[in-house]
Amino acid sequence: MLRVSQPVKKILVPLISIILGFLVGAIVMLIFSYSPMQAYSSMLRGALGTSSAIGETLRQATPLIFTALGFSVASSAGFFNIGLSGQALAGWIGSIWIALAFPNLPTYILLPLAILVGALAGAITAAVPGVLRAFFGTSEVIVTIMLNYVVLYLSTYLMQNIMPKSFRTSQDATQSISAHASLRMSWLSDLFGGSRINGGLFLALIALVAVWFIMKKTTLGFEIRSVGMNPFASEYAGMSSKRTIIMSMVLSGILAGLGGVVEGLGTYQNFFTQTASLSIGFDGMAVSLLGSGSSVGILLSGILFSVLKIGGLGMQTGAGVPFEIVNIVVASIIFFVAIDYVIGLLFKQRQTRETEQIATQKTQTSTTTSSDIPDNQEKKGGRIS
Amino acid sequence: MTKSDYVIEMRKITKDFSGFKANDQIDLKVKPGEIHALLGENGAGKSTLMNILSGLLAPTSGEILMNGEPVSIDNPTIANQLGIGMVHQHFMLVDAFTVTENIILGTEPSTGGVINRKQAQKEIQELSDRYGLAVDPTAKVSEISVGMQQRAEILKILYRGAKVLIFDEPTAVLTPQEIDELIEIMKGLVAEGKSIILITHKLAEIKLAADRCTVIRRGKSIGTVEVADASSEELATMMVGHSVTFKIPKAPAQIGAPVLNVKQLEVKESRGIPAVKGIDFTVHAGEILGVAGIDGNGQTELIEALTGLRKVSSGSIEIEGHDLTNAPVRKITEMGVSHVPEDRHKYGLVLQMSLAENLSLQTYYHQPLSHHGILDYKQIRKHALRLIKTYDIRTTNEQLKAGELSGGNQQKAIIARELDRDAKLIIVSQPTRGLDVGAIEYIHRQLIDQRDKGKAVLLVSFELDEIMNLSDRIIVLHDGKIAGEVRPETTTEQELGLLMAGSSKQAAAQEVK
Repeated sequence: MLRVSQPVKKILVPLISIILGFLVGAIVMLIFSYSPMQAYSSMLRGALGTSSAIGETLRQATPLIFTALGFSVASSAGFFNIGLSGQALAGWIGSIWIALAFPNLPTYILLPLAILVGALAGAITAAVPGVLRAFFGTSEVIVTIMLNYVVLYLSTYLMQNIMPKSFRTSQDATQSISAHASLRMSWLSDLFGGSRINGGLFLALIALVAVWFIMKKTTLGFEIRSVGMNPFASEYAGMSSKRTIIMSMVLSGILAGLGGVVEGLGTYQNFFTQTASLSIGFDGMAVSLLGSGSSVGILLSGILFSVLKIGGLGMQTGAGVPFEIVNIVVASIIFFVAIDYVIGLLFKQRQTRETEQIATQKTQTSTTTSSDIPDNQEKKGGRIS
Repeated sequence: MTKSDYVIEMRKITKDFSGFKANDQIDLKVKPGEIHALLGENGAGKSTLMNILSGLLAPTSGEILMNGEPVSIDNPTIANQLGIGMVHQHFMLVDAFTVTENIILGTEPSTGGVINRKQAQKEIQELSDRYGLAVDPTAKVSEISVGMQQRAEILKILYRGAKVLIFDEPTAVLTPQEIDELIEIMKGLVAEGKSIILITHKLAEIKLAADRCTVIRRGKSIGTVEVADASSEELATMMVGHSVTFKIPKAPAQIGAPVLNVKQLEVKESRGIPAVKGIDFTVHAGEILGVAGIDGNGQTELIEALTGLRKVSSGSIEIEGHDLTNAPVRKITEMGVSHVPEDRHKYGLVLQMSLAENLSLQTYYHQPLSHHGILDYKQIRKHALRLIKTYDIRTTNEQLKAGELSGGNQQKAIIARELDRDAKLIIVSQPTRGLDVGAIEYIHRQLIDQRDKGKAVLLVSFELDEIMNLSDRIIVLHDGKIAGEVRPETTTEQELGLLMAGSSKQAAAQEVK
């Protein structure tokens, strides 16, 4: 057993989960007689081998960072936001609509406006379960899941029936947006071999810092964390749990909405019929969990996930290994993160006197009042910590 | 087989938590048929020692003998098999089950997969009769009183064949009358040949119930005494290591203008049943008004209504003439009300946050701790360090999580946060529950200081001693109504006890005579 301190353990557990995840992938490949070495090396080449591959990997990481941040903000307030997909989709179609409606506005007006409207669309979508939970105690899990479907089909309906015909090229896709509304930057695309990388990446980096600042340095963040950790004590201290829950969901929805905005204004430049909920919503949850909700963690795990996604395609073409292996690796990593307790057993943690003492006392008092406190969620959600 | 004088003998038990000795060479010898008290402050190592005896923790060194035979208690199941059972402070009962169902849980007697309920019920009834527990085996746990639930716990371990019963702070949740009954039950159990280890820090109970008492302090055995030969003062001195004042001297109250005015207040509890049923009272500046009563007679709802945590259904609450009926919590706080809540883990602290953040929980949104919504962690730290120093909170540093502090220091942190705000009215509920003598003394001094500074103090407590020692006036709550108002100089614990049990004041006065 290794003796490590708490912060080191916090880093080691996800790292080991990642390694184990790749190992499981390798074992599966061996069973089906593929060469793991060959597969993983072509995965790395596919994701990082050329400047355009790196560009695509960073491009893919951008929306994941947004949705992961969205998830972590909500879960800091004790709110399980599974509706990231729907919120992102709302952001996507909202921003595209504005971009198509005013194609000739100058960039410095149109681009911020389109981004803002997308963020707002995400915020409104997220506010619905927030308000329902705050005022009626409705389970946000059910509401957000169902809203994913509502937004999915509503977006198609809006595009096909409400959006002016002139905006569309066909029944299933809109026109491309004008350059005034695009997040693409020619110098950036050139730098990364003409890939679809775009200015959304910078927005994501700003969001990482902004979320860290809001959660750690502002009274709003203090209230969100406090309500998430102990709603009773927060109410006692005069915080409004209703307001805090709604605010955290709005913030979460803004971030998820921006995830959709960068897909629309950056990656695809248009909106087209979606047949299933956006995968960035669900991958974002995984990224947040793997990054344990911290800004740096989300950045790194966002990049890792997009390496897997982009590299997975390279693996398929380069080594003939099916893309589905990537999903096995991803699922295994998440599995190992989820059983972090078991992985944590590998390390003997250096504990302080106080924590030891408490640990012994806890065995006695664990059934007391503390059972009412949602501290069991502490480690689960990828919350900002 | 050697017959030993002791049913349990723990020899030189040491439990080392990477460098910190929670138990250091502790000896504990329990004779068959005795009530053996284990006395010590919070964190002295009582719980660790009992966790070792009940198989939850493994000792670093030392040995345990039962009836002279060395035993190794590696897990709770072995402890069960050896006949060691524990009545936990917080009951391990399923509310929706009957007493019988709770007792047989895990060891259900069955024939072909069908639970033999009748048989079990009969056995439990027999056990209950034999030890005078008077528990109805068919009653649902949610429908019986706390005292009865505790007896169900006792029955549970008796049913599993316990010979040595460990009682962990059993009186913390009981009324004075229930405490007397429990002591009778314990005496009955030892008369039937059982042995009892009683964990407590209440000296009065040790004097009443125990035969011998082992005192531990900071992980070491201080000694074992015959209770009959030791005075309470001697025991207290052994426990804390220095002499303790039980009663804090206080000057006569300088009563000022009314601060809190409560008129015809009615409050419903969560299920919509009235809990506070039309009460009137006033708290003046410079006095401590004690609210006595058995747990569950409307105290919690009253406090929640006063502090804005619960809606008032009718009546009014005024503070210095301002109507604050159903005002939001923050407005009440801003009007100069401090609140030390009954449940410090649920309401008082955010356990996963740092001590510094917890100390700022009521003032984080004000200058200088934040400016325009941005927290100033430098000031938050400075504020925390000042409170830690002034209120003597023992912690390694201000960044330690509140949940890692000891119970006494958690309470000191809340007291520090609430008293430091210089409020007009201080509402204090169960301020010393579960604390040791040293911490209790400290908190009592603080409350009297506040009174002497001209603050109005409303004190709710289930501890009669606390109410009697601190209050200038006492109101007794029974069934959501004020059963009577008395003065501590002229009343007795018996009179208070009767009022708490619902007698009218005249009847109580009569009976006491």
